[in-house]
Amino acid sequence: MLSFLLRRTLISVVVLALSSVLMFWLTVNSGDPLADLRGSSARNARQLMAARVEAMNLDLPWYERYGLWLEGVAGCFAGACDLGTTRTGQDVLFLTGQAASSTLRLVTVATVIAIVLGIGLGVLTAIRQYSGFDYAVTFAAFLFFSLPVFWAAVLLKEFGAIRYNDWIATGRVEPPVILLVAAVLAVVVAGVAGGPPRRGLVAGAATFAFAVAVLFLLNALDWYRDPRAGFVSVLLVAGGAGVLVTAIVAGLRDRRALYAALTTAVAGTVAYAVLAFTPLLAEPSWAGLTGLFVLAVVVSLGIGFAWGARDRRRILLVSGVTGVLTSLVVVADILVAYWSSFLGLKPRPISTIGSRTPNFTGDFWQQLLDLGTQLVLPTTLLALVSVAAHSRFARSAMLEVLDQDYVRTARAKGLPEREVVVRHAFRNALLPITTVVALDFAALIGGAVITETVFGWKGMGQLFRDGLMAVDPAPVMAFFLVTGAAAIVMNLLADLAYACLDPRIRR
Amino acid sequence: MNDHALRADDDAAPAASPGTAPPAAARPAAAGAPPGDPGARHYTAGGLVLRRFLRHRGAMVATAVLVVVVLAAFTSIGVGPVPGWWDKDVATAYDKLGDGAPTWEHPFGQDTIGKDYLALVMRGTQVSLFIAFGVGVISTVVGTVVGAVAGYFRGFLDAILMRVTDVVIIVPLLAIAAVLGRTSDGNLGLLVLALGAVLWTSLARLVRAEVLSLRERDFVLAARAVGTGPARIILRHLLPNAVGVVIVQATLTIAVAILLETSLSFLGFGVQRPDVSLGSLISEYEGAFSTRPWLFWWPGLLILAVALCVNFIGDGLRDAFDPRQTSGGTRARGPRTAALPSGKAGL
Repeated sequence: MLSFLLRRTLISVVVLALSSVLMFWLTVNSGDPLADLRGSSARNARQLMAARVEAMNLDLPWYERYGLWLEGVAGCFAGACDLGTTRTGQDVLFLTGQAASSTLRLVTVATVIAIVLGIGLGVLTAIRQYSGFDYAVTFAAFLFFSLPVFWAAVLLKEFGAIRYNDWIATGRVEPPVILLVAAVLAVVVAGVAGGPPRRGLVAGAATFAFAVAVLFLLNALDWYRDPRAGFVSVLLVAGGAGVLVTAIVAGLRDRRALYAALTTAVAGTVAYAVLAFTPLLAEPSWAGLTGLFVLAVVVSLGIGFAWGARDRRRILLVSGVTGVLTSLVVVADILVAYWSSFLGLKPRPISTIGSRTPNFTGDFWQQLLDLGTQLVLPTTLLALVSVAAHSRFARSAMLEVLDQDYVRTARAKGLPEREVVVRHAFRNALLPITTVVALDFAALIGGAVITETVFGWKGMGQLFRDGLMAVDPAPVMAFFLVTGAAAIVMNLLADLAYACLDPRIRR
Repeated sequence: MNDHALRADDDAAPAASPGTAPPAAARPAAAGAPPGDPGARHYTAGGLVLRRFLRHRGAMVATAVLVVVVLAAFTSIGVGPVPGWWDKDVATAYDKLGDGAPTWEHPFGQDTIGKDYLALVMRGTQVSLFIAFGVGVISTVVGTVVGAVAGYFRGFLDAILMRVTDVVIIVPLLAIAAVLGRTSDGNLGLLVLALGAVLWTSLARLVRAEVLSLRERDFVLAARAVGTGPARIILRHLLPNAVGVVIVQATLTIAVAILLETSLSFLGFGVQRPDVSLGSLISEYEGAFSTRPWLFWWPGLLILAVALCVNFIGDGLRDAFDPRQTSGGTRARGPRTAALPSGKAGL
């Protein structure tokens, strides 16, 4: 296994090196780096040109310039990185460090959302093939897949940011909108529910009534401007998440799994109630939060271990996932509590430019809300396209597996449908899905170029675009290095995931 | 592998997919009557594909819409010296009526200096369609040749060609396209070549996989036994059997190409002034959304319409060539081609 991974990585590095030559050569020859000076009427234009030729080594042939660049990159392994300087003399390594953090934040969040939503939708549409829900999701996927991102971004800026900010000033949903939202939700739930028409009808009607009641209640409480949740809601949501995870992974008949999930949810809520007013959660740091998260996962796994008996791995999975979800619910609850004060600091919460609000001062959670509100639109946009692609791919992979003989055998044995879908079909469908997800991550960083341009983020995309405009190889190559490294790492992760999923590969 | 006859009630017949169809060279024989079923009509494999495609409602609607868009784009303002039926042109700044909002005189409105926006958008559509289809043709030819040669000869040649493919694939699509687009400097022909040079990789891999499995079949052995040369085997025996993969992927490549070109033009690396594409129009009037929304809506909706239509046609073609997953009754196994072209993400 290890030698296999090493060989794969080595091949990737060689391929990366070759494409870096290609990329460097193409970039250097993509235009005239002195174009702006040739048209300049400045008296010292000639001097400026000479200075730039000197600074960018334009008098050397391209392979010598590539050699110089490669030498600097090779220094990274010796602890002295040098990615060169831009045309204006800035250190590219420093710029890349800044840019990569905001881009990776964007891409990572988008990828996680896309994986969860895309695979979930794909599996659901595969199980409910040819239902109204399937057709609706299929059409939506085609639509998003054909969407010009830069165009959709402008729409999103208008409706997601500007109109939303106008709306949040009052924060009331009009009754017709409430009815419309509830009706849409009802149709979706009815479509997913499937089965005989009566079942769909009942599910839809119940959803409609519930959604209308909740939305009116939220209006009455002025919830959109001053949301409150509290420990009881955390307990309810976390418990609900636990039940859902159990229902999917182990089935509700598996009492031990259910108890493990519920214990985890309760333990998480109690821990939250205890810690809420200590500095650990009130004025936290990233390190402290990460520590708490790791602790939460360890404790959840411990709970799963304690409850587990015959089928311990499955119960560990249930309690572990429930633990992660409970942590997310807790964070969400804290953020919700800070929303009102955040609106006081930033009355128009979603701005259309930048990855963070300049000169924004607030405590940790308000800063996090600021990052989040800046992240929401570009992430939505990036995730939309990936969700569309993933859901289509997951659907076809799932349909492929559901056609197999062993699935028919499993059904013939009388296994519950959940067991067939999750254990026999889904696990095998995950193999091809993994490959596509891994490939997609690197492509997303490339795609972020457009999103960052439209939303004015100072990320890798801007670095690349400005560099290419100026025919300046150093920033372009830095962009290439980051995407290439991401591609290699993601491929490695995909190989590891393969080994996890498919025991035949482990040898 | 497949002994079923190709019959008129094809929805239940697991036939005519590229992997399972009888070899094209043997097609007339395979279309012969199945024993004990003398009344049924018979179709060639190609006829079956066409029938299935014509029955695909989404694809037919998409084809109709695409034909309308193409006709409108090329007949309205004409091509080159040939005039069209629309009496305004791209270059003239007309008198501004009001703030330039759509009127009967200017159905798509006018831009900031009074140019007729219908003419501009139609010109943009022409350019974008020309690039997209040009890229589709080039990348299909390159991808098919690379894939077929690598798959047929295997060994050293295969290794070299596939590593070259890897080298192109590892650079993010948009990045390498932007660099090449910058190099083309607004020259449409060069831009087509440049985009074609980066979009062939997925097709090359698919064709290679297809050829690798086809070349082991008996009809290839037979052809080789009678002394047929490699070029003829590839052209007459292998590629006709891989035609489904090629056509479907070519269609999807066109959809990717139109999004890629408009994205590049939006970023400023594609079509350059004074020529316009749908992407550069959006880029130019991005800031006008709140004051002159029509300048923004038309080009975007046209990109969306064309890309959506092409994707639907591709989907219809895939179902027509490879009906295994569409008909509920058929149960056939084997690896399917990927649902969507990879590398599109984020464009």
